[in-house]
Amino acid sequence: MAFLDFRGGSGRVQIVSKRRATCGRHSWSPRVGACVQRTHLVRKRALLGGSNKPRLHVGSGAMEGAMQTESKIRADSRTEPGPRGPGCSLRHFACEQNLLSRPDGSASFLQGDTSVLAGVYGPAEVKISKEIFNKATLEVILRPKTGLPGVAEKSRERLIRNTCEAVVLGALHPRTSITVVLQVVSDAGSLLACCLNAACMALVDAGVPMRALFCGVTCALDSDGTLMLDPTAKQEKPQRAEHCWEALRDDHHRGCPSGVEYCALEAPVGATWWDHEARAVLTFALDSVERKLLMSTTKGLYSDAELQQCLAAAQTASTHVFRFYRESLQRRYSKS
Amino acid sequence: RTVEPLEYYRRFLKENCRPDGRELGEFRTTTVNVGSIGTADGSSLVKLGNTTVICGIKAEFGAPPTDAPDKGYVVPNVDLSPLCSWRFRSGPPGEEAQVASQFIADVIENSQIIQKEDLCISSGKLAWVLYCDLICLNHDGNILDACTFALLAALKNVQLPEVTINEETALAEVNLKKKSYLNIRTHPVATSFAVFDDTLLIVDPTEEEEHLATGTLTVVMDEEGKLCCLHKPGGSGLTGAKLQDCMSRAVTRHKEVKKLMDEVFKSMKPK
Repeated sequence: MAFLDFRGGSGRVQIVSKRRATCGRHSWSPRVGACVQRTHLVRKRALLGGSNKPRLHVGSGAMEGAMQTESKIRADSRTEPGPRGPGCSLRHFACEQNLLSRPDGSASFLQGDTSVLAGVYGPAEVKISKEIFNKATLEVILRPKTGLPGVAEKSRERLIRNTCEAVVLGALHPRTSITVVLQVVSDAGSLLACCLNAACMALVDAGVPMRALFCGVTCALDSDGTLMLDPTAKQEKPQRAEHCWEALRDDHHRGCPSGVEYCALEAPVGATWWDHEARAVLTFALDSVERKLLMSTTKGLYSDAELQQCLAAAQTASTHVFRFYRESLQRRYSKS
Repeated sequence: RTVEPLEYYRRFLKENCRPDGRELGEFRTTTVNVGSIGTADGSSLVKLGNTTVICGIKAEFGAPPTDAPDKGYVVPNVDLSPLCSWRFRSGPPGEEAQVASQFIADVIENSQIIQKEDLCISSGKLAWVLYCDLICLNHDGNILDACTFALLAALKNVQLPEVTINEETALAEVNLKKKSYLNIRTHPVATSFAVFDDTLLIVDPTEEEEHLATGTLTVVMDEEGKLCCLHKPGGSGLTGAKLQDCMSRAVTRHKEVKKLMDEVFKSMKPK
């Protein structure tokens, strides 16, 4: 694996250590999300006639504080992604395109520890029973990490498919099929958002005509109403009444309808289980042109005002994701 | 109408009305009938215009899950058979049925209609399992709204017999004479919208309208104005302001549905 270097935002050149990620195909700094482009060896040699060093570009996952954290990059490999910037921020993300040879387009998207691999086949032949006379038939297959796909996967496939249908210009390829296959490699929270991002990058890699890009953002609402963007698996888990009963079983809290809120009044000794619990988890898909809401799916109870708040926060977060897309594609197709 | 359905619809939408004479924000006539199935523990039949959904609930015994020993189960299943529409074939449930089942399961879970602890008879050993079968008899659009309403009405109609555990034999003894209703804590009501041409929002779409629409949106609201579910499976984009309109419409719809339900259950009481 070639040695990688990246340019920090302030113009300094920093050397980062190699770190093998789960798929072993790229290295990334534990602090700053990085994107590695692997162009086809053949194409690359033809263009540059020489080295096929993978090209890396800076993709900052943290909304702010990316400049400040550069100096703190350590050489040891860490299993936990670095702390987020002040306020709400996204986890570090990384993306790799064109890593599979058989699909027309493929991408692997990492958000913190959540990783999804996407492959796109299309436009290809379609079964007569499924063909639509004036546009392309879009199919999405989502495979979970373990087990057989179930009803929940079907529901997610429908969400992703409808989102893709809204942006893909199917009218340019009538009577064909475009298949998006997603494989969950690891799940550490915000899975649906990661799937959406991977699907978008894979569609771009395949060269499918789209009217806009889309991205997925997950928002979690705490019991006291604080917003958390891009929650981890621990933060997403709704802390229901069961924990309430165990800790305060003999209390008058027994009859509380939504145990979490009442628990917050009393702090049991040494209890950390009630930190970071999510009352509601909202996932949005936003388009790149006007940041309109393409898809939304939610879990838990929340009020109307909170929804608007989450939506606004998601729209701000999506600018960063789109900037990351743009940078990674620019680096990929530039000749430097 | 058959040759250029979209153009036909656009002509109506320009006048702010729909081919069947409704306003853009008007629901079809809703009728509900509870307790019609004698063999089920709870049942209801809901008609939203032509869309008909029947819900039957059967309660059976089961062992509670090991990670939550004092909780029962509520298992919804939406069945879209070839009877209701030409689009469905017999065999394993298709995608739409699975998505609808998942949606209903999410609504039950998020809104906490029933406290699952109420369904537990003996912690770790015995609990009630409520199998909710929602069968669509006629699919004319807006299946999610009808299913949610049918489920809610049927759950209110469910009567569970009293069960005591005999210490000597460790068997459950069911007393069919003493029955009690379930404790329904919230009343989630779903409101569906169809998005046309990225701008127009119409409420309660029929099947034709659903096909022509560029996107759909379902909002599930409970009494305090809290949202249990905002289900927007793709489709054209919506701005925050449009969502706000949807919310206010959902609030009014909730009031209408609640009034209807209260009337039905009031008329049922002296039996």
